Amino acid sequence: MIGAEFDYAVAESVDDAIALLAEGGEDAKLLAGGHSLVPLMKLRFAAPSLLVDLRRVDELRGIQTGGDSFRIGALTRHAELQARADMGLVAAVATQIADQQVRNRGTIGGSLAHGDAAADLPAVLLACDGSVVVRGPDGEREIAAADLFEGYLTTTVAHGEVLTEVRLPALTGYGYGYEKFNRRAEDWAMVGVSALVKSDGGVCQDVRIGLTHMGATPLRASAAEDALRGQPLDAEHIAAAAALAADATSPLGDLNATPEYKQHLARVLTRRALTTASAA
Amino acid sequence: MGATVALQVTVNGESHDSEVPARMLLVHYLRDELGLTGTHVGCDTSNCGACTCLVDGESAKSCTVLAVQCDGAQITTIEGMAGPDGELHALQEGFWAEHGLQCGYCTPGMIMAAADLLERRTADGPISEQEVRKGLEGNLCRCTGYHNIVKAVQAAAEASREVAA
Repeated sequence: MIGAEFDYAVAESVDDAIALLAEGGEDAKLLAGGHSLVPLMKLRFAAPSLLVDLRRVDELRGIQTGGDSFRIGALTRHAELQARADMGLVAAVATQIADQQVRNRGTIGGSLAHGDAAADLPAVLLACDGSVVVRGPDGEREIAAADLFEGYLTTTVAHGEVLTEVRLPALTGYGYGYEKFNRRAEDWAMVGVSALVKSDGGVCQDVRIGLTHMGATPLRASAAEDALRGQPLDAEHIAAAAALAADATSPLGDLNATPEYKQHLARVLTRRALTTASAA
Repeated sequence: MGATVALQVTVNGESHDSEVPARMLLVHYLRDELGLTGTHVGCDTSNCGACTCLVDGESAKSCTVLAVQCDGAQITTIEGMAGPDGELHALQEGFWAEHGLQCGYCTPGMIMAAADLLERRTADGPISEQEVRKGLEGNLCRCTGYHNIVKAVQAAAEASREVAA
């Protein structure tokens, strides 16, 4: 399969990319690793008039560790994240994205800007209460994870803006667990659950649970979080909290799973992820 | 619209300057422009891994990469794995010795993905079956000959360890 024809430009800087996007009009698109966009172009679900390739924009690379947070350049590839044991949950999740070939090309900024409900990283950003930085013709702004994802493949990054950086709190002292269920090793998550737990003497001080593919956007399992906070981190309380993980969700059924099955998976995977996160 | 783009790549040590359509995929550039047909098109949807080659030393599914994204890159295909005198790469030896192929269609992609796996590995000691299976999760063998593929990669890893020791 071969995509429709398009014009192609290589940006030399973020500002250059913003200018090229503005010139290219409404059908211009940014190209990072291309592992979400190129497959869509091959299927002709996407047919941009202009691709602005970011591969030479070195200011978008690299991970800065400062005090209690990570600032991750948007072009940071999943393969770089998977090697960062100090990044905890993010590294554990990155290891489970697709396969090594995809992790070698796909980028964190591309994945978040694409906003695929079945992708692994959006729910991690949400669970961590992270944010992204975007820059456009009108300057720079920061978007909190809770305000980023609007719907299927839709984010609040405006057309003409470039997602430049991902900010994640280090969450030192939190245990973490990631559970992903799919039919084939390299597939998207049928359902995925990220859990972060802060324990003090076996009692839950704080907990964050991110749900992948349980709706049009990533979600927090707020009812389960509220049920566990302040409770002992034993099997009984974890199971009671996990039983609430699918509350207020209305996932769409698809080829792989009915809505009911996805909700069942969310409860089971939440229990497993919380158990792992509590043991850490 | 759709004008050609200048592209310079080094493939298996040889530099090429080309003018390609921006929408040309790397796998088609390798096969149709350079005649390197060892890189196969399997599923054409970045699932099967038959089109895997190395871009700047890291495995990539060349059906999901635009050729123009590789401007300035070093690319290695299966044709570049053997030595200049025809001496087989340790992975090729391993696949031969352990009968790591049946129809052979997935083999180039398997070998290139395994090359990334062994290069990326930091642990000492023999590579486990589980490590190989995880490392090759992006490559499908429709003959389902995975058992011998795993053994072939383990044999290659062991041979490389002996050489290094």
